[in-house]
Amino acid sequence: MMASAKMTSARMTSVSTPRGAAAVGLVILAVAVIAFPLLFSSPVVTNYAVYALIFVAVASAWNLFSGFSGYISLGQAVFFGSGAYAVGIAAKDWHITGTGVFALLPLAAAVGAVIAVPFGLVALRVRRHTFIVITIAVFFIFQLMAFNLNSFTGGTIGMSAPFLPWSPTTFNDRFYYITLACAVATVVIAVLTRRSRSGLQLRAIRDDEDRARGLGVRAMRVKLTAFVLSAAITGLVGGVWFLYLTQVLPQSGFDPLFDLSLVLMAFLGGLGTISGPVIGALIIEPGQLYLTIRYTNGYLSEILLGALFLLIVLFMPRGIVPTAGEWIRRLQSRGRPAVPAAAAPAQQASDAPAREARR
Amino acid sequence: MTALLRTEGVRKAYGGVHALDSCTVEVEEGSVAGLIGPNGSGKTTLFNVITGYAKADEGHVYLGDRPITNVAPDRVFALGIGRTFQLTRIFASLTVLENMLVASPNGRAAARRRAMEQLEFVGIAGHHAALAGTLSYGQRKLLELAYVLVADPAVILLDEPAGGVNLSLVNTIADRIRELNASGKTFLIVEHNMEFVMGLCDRVTVLDSGAVVAAGPPAIIRTDRRVLNAYLGEDLAEDDPHPGQQSVEQP
Amino acid sequence: MARQIYQAIVDGILVGGVYALMAVGLTLIFGVLDIINIAQGVLVILGAYLSYELSVRIHLDLFLGLLVTVTAMFVIGVVIQWAFIRRLRGRERTSMTLLVTYAVALIIEGVLYEIYGPNPKQLNASYVQSSVHVLGFYLSYIYLYGFVLALALVVAIYALLYRTRFGRSVRATMQDETAARLIGIDVNRVAAVTFGVGVAVTAAGGMMFGATNAFNPNSGYDLISRLLAIIILGGLGSIGGALVASVFMLTLESLVTIWSPEWAIVVFYAALVVVLVIRPAGFFGRQPVRAQ
Repeated sequence: MMASAKMTSARMTSVSTPRGAAAVGLVILAVAVIAFPLLFSSPVVTNYAVYALIFVAVASAWNLFSGFSGYISLGQAVFFGSGAYAVGIAAKDWHITGTGVFALLPLAAAVGAVIAVPFGLVALRVRRHTFIVITIAVFFIFQLMAFNLNSFTGGTIGMSAPFLPWSPTTFNDRFYYITLACAVATVVIAVLTRRSRSGLQLRAIRDDEDRARGLGVRAMRVKLTAFVLSAAITGLVGGVWFLYLTQVLPQSGFDPLFDLSLVLMAFLGGLGTISGPVIGALIIEPGQLYLTIRYTNGYLSEILLGALFLLIVLFMPRGIVPTAGEWIRRLQSRGRPAVPAAAAPAQQASDAPAREARR
Repeated sequence: MTALLRTEGVRKAYGGVHALDSCTVEVEEGSVAGLIGPNGSGKTTLFNVITGYAKADEGHVYLGDRPITNVAPDRVFALGIGRTFQLTRIFASLTVLENMLVASPNGRAAARRRAMEQLEFVGIAGHHAALAGTLSYGQRKLLELAYVLVADPAVILLDEPAGGVNLSLVNTIADRIRELNASGKTFLIVEHNMEFVMGLCDRVTVLDSGAVVAAGPPAIIRTDRRVLNAYLGEDLAEDDPHPGQQSVEQP
Repeated sequence: MARQIYQAIVDGILVGGVYALMAVGLTLIFGVLDIINIAQGVLVILGAYLSYELSVRIHLDLFLGLLVTVTAMFVIGVVIQWAFIRRLRGRERTSMTLLVTYAVALIIEGVLYEIYGPNPKQLNASYVQSSVHVLGFYLSYIYLYGFVLALALVVAIYALLYRTRFGRSVRATMQDETAARLIGIDVNRVAAVTFGVGVAVTAAGGMMFGATNAFNPNSGYDLISRLLAIIILGGLGSIGGALVASVFMLTLESLVTIWSPEWAIVVFYAALVVVLVIRPAGFFGRQPVRAQ
């Protein structure tokens, strides 16, 4: 008892220092992120940043449902594309021009959520593996509808966004801050979800859904709520993406590579962690953009991307965040005597807040 | 005494195999009931039917007067029946404390306090921040028992609580069950360890091939011919020194 | 009108045979190994290119050429499994195999683009263009042969699974991998060979697809989503289910095409969703066993 108490107090002091460091780090990061467009004014660079932030938001939204619950969705593009089309169609039909179109973003979120309800009610009834395939099927239904409903979606020509009266020099910067707000808000929502009771229940579902139900977890309701929340965010960001790109086509709004990118980002960073998808998106999206711009024929970039995939999954299957966390722990424990078995729980106890903070 | 938990003529077939055949079992309020029988006699299937993990083809399940036949697992739990699994099923990537909170119905601070109390009770509070996946098998059994208790169920179904754990832990588990029973909890226990069952239970029901072959106090069940038949086969049962002398009430 | 409907049904059944050839390998791999082989679509296309090489360069008959392509694809399958999939373990294994096989698909697709470029190709033979007139229906020879081939392969796989020692090992592994390991089954070998067989069958599907459709390296995407829909509908791991679901889906699509070719594919996926609402495990799937 004595030993464990001492252990705890010793850990307390060592925990408070990294906490202070983390706070300082966070402030520096915030300043750097906010000042980014001032430092790099080139539209080429800010274009990369806007795309990266869009993917930080959608990858975090994907993770909010799929990462926590273990139900891998390959149908998020349904919400992304629907959000984009919702803004486009509403702006056209209601003759909304100029910056007024931003008032349509809640509509994009609502459309995502409304689609997610029947989608989830059907898809979440089946086993995890089947779920993946149903999401693919629903995805194709939506892509085909975008192609076929000519009068509504513009068919193969797609839709154009209303003209935004912003000068080309500030266009990217403004979108940088808009997408930054989306990304930060999504990460905050993900953190809150993870800490909530539903977040805990989602993670329990990921481990053993049947057992969770036997402990009173209303699995369908919990899964559906997270699915709808994730869809709403994805729909809204889809709307922003559309306004930035000023155009949506069936194959760009409903892009099969979109979902695979999200999965890859989350896996690279660390499935089910908060920072994982963020890091994954920041690495992969600019990388993908660079490759497609650099190798315009597209084939070589595909081969490189595939090879990168393989390397990640084979050599870092748990993702950067958990793997790095393990390395840090190993470094810290090096040189110290082995922790006595009795004290181990106490140490892990005081580790918990630190681990939360890292995530 | 009234039956708190009752199954009535429950039938369940998987393919052509009758896992349960008009199975009627009663558990009296405040008792510790045992459910024994050879492997494949339908004990776990009965648990699954009661807790909503399997649908009964025929028959009924009652909790008090309330029919709970084929109600979903989360509802069954909310109505006050908790269960453990033969092979422990815990949430491996959650911490021990988080495991407890999954089942907890009430708010945060209160839930935490209560969860810690339950962990103290089963003796693994020291591990509350460890990932449940790192626990030993015995500790997992204790964790499973603890988190079933969190929501304060009226009836607790334990599937082989003493299976695969060492002797001192078997005794700890038995003690905990006695304490809980003394505080008013009702138990239905599936177990192969006869000493454990006979020492703990007020009443034992014997299943064979999905049907109840005997039911009664442990002392009588121990010597019942049909029970020996079911467990040991005809040959050994022939050696029963007092065949049919002690009467057991018919199921 | 009635005439059109009958012809559509006949077409649907025959095209269904071609899809069955592509789908049985996928369902075998999914059912036995719990792997969603996203690369199956592009492997079909790879099989088609292999057949193309043999028929254009050494003028080998398409069906005879299968002897070569099936063997080659078996080896490719074993190599993919051995090099990339064998190492994957743990809880997220299925999702990770999805990523790995997708990566493999990207690489194969990229390589095919480098070699053949984006221009579509099609396999040709005397029986590809000609058809026979039976009871007022036009039956294309290639589809007839393909349907027979599909039936033969389904029977062959059944025989492999239910009549051989290897098949017993496969089925044991399908039921319970740990238990199979305990009774001395070399689970890694079973996995490699199963994956190989699943990919090898695809060579036949590829040849048939290439003879009945123009294809380029990109054709794999549309295929894989259709094939996944088919095997889910048939019940994962059910070989016969894959055949029935193929015929069902393609007949449905062929019927809807009479009225609206654009919506035919939507109906294809919508049918999957509707069936799964009614029967979550598909036509012939084992209903999931809950609890213990």
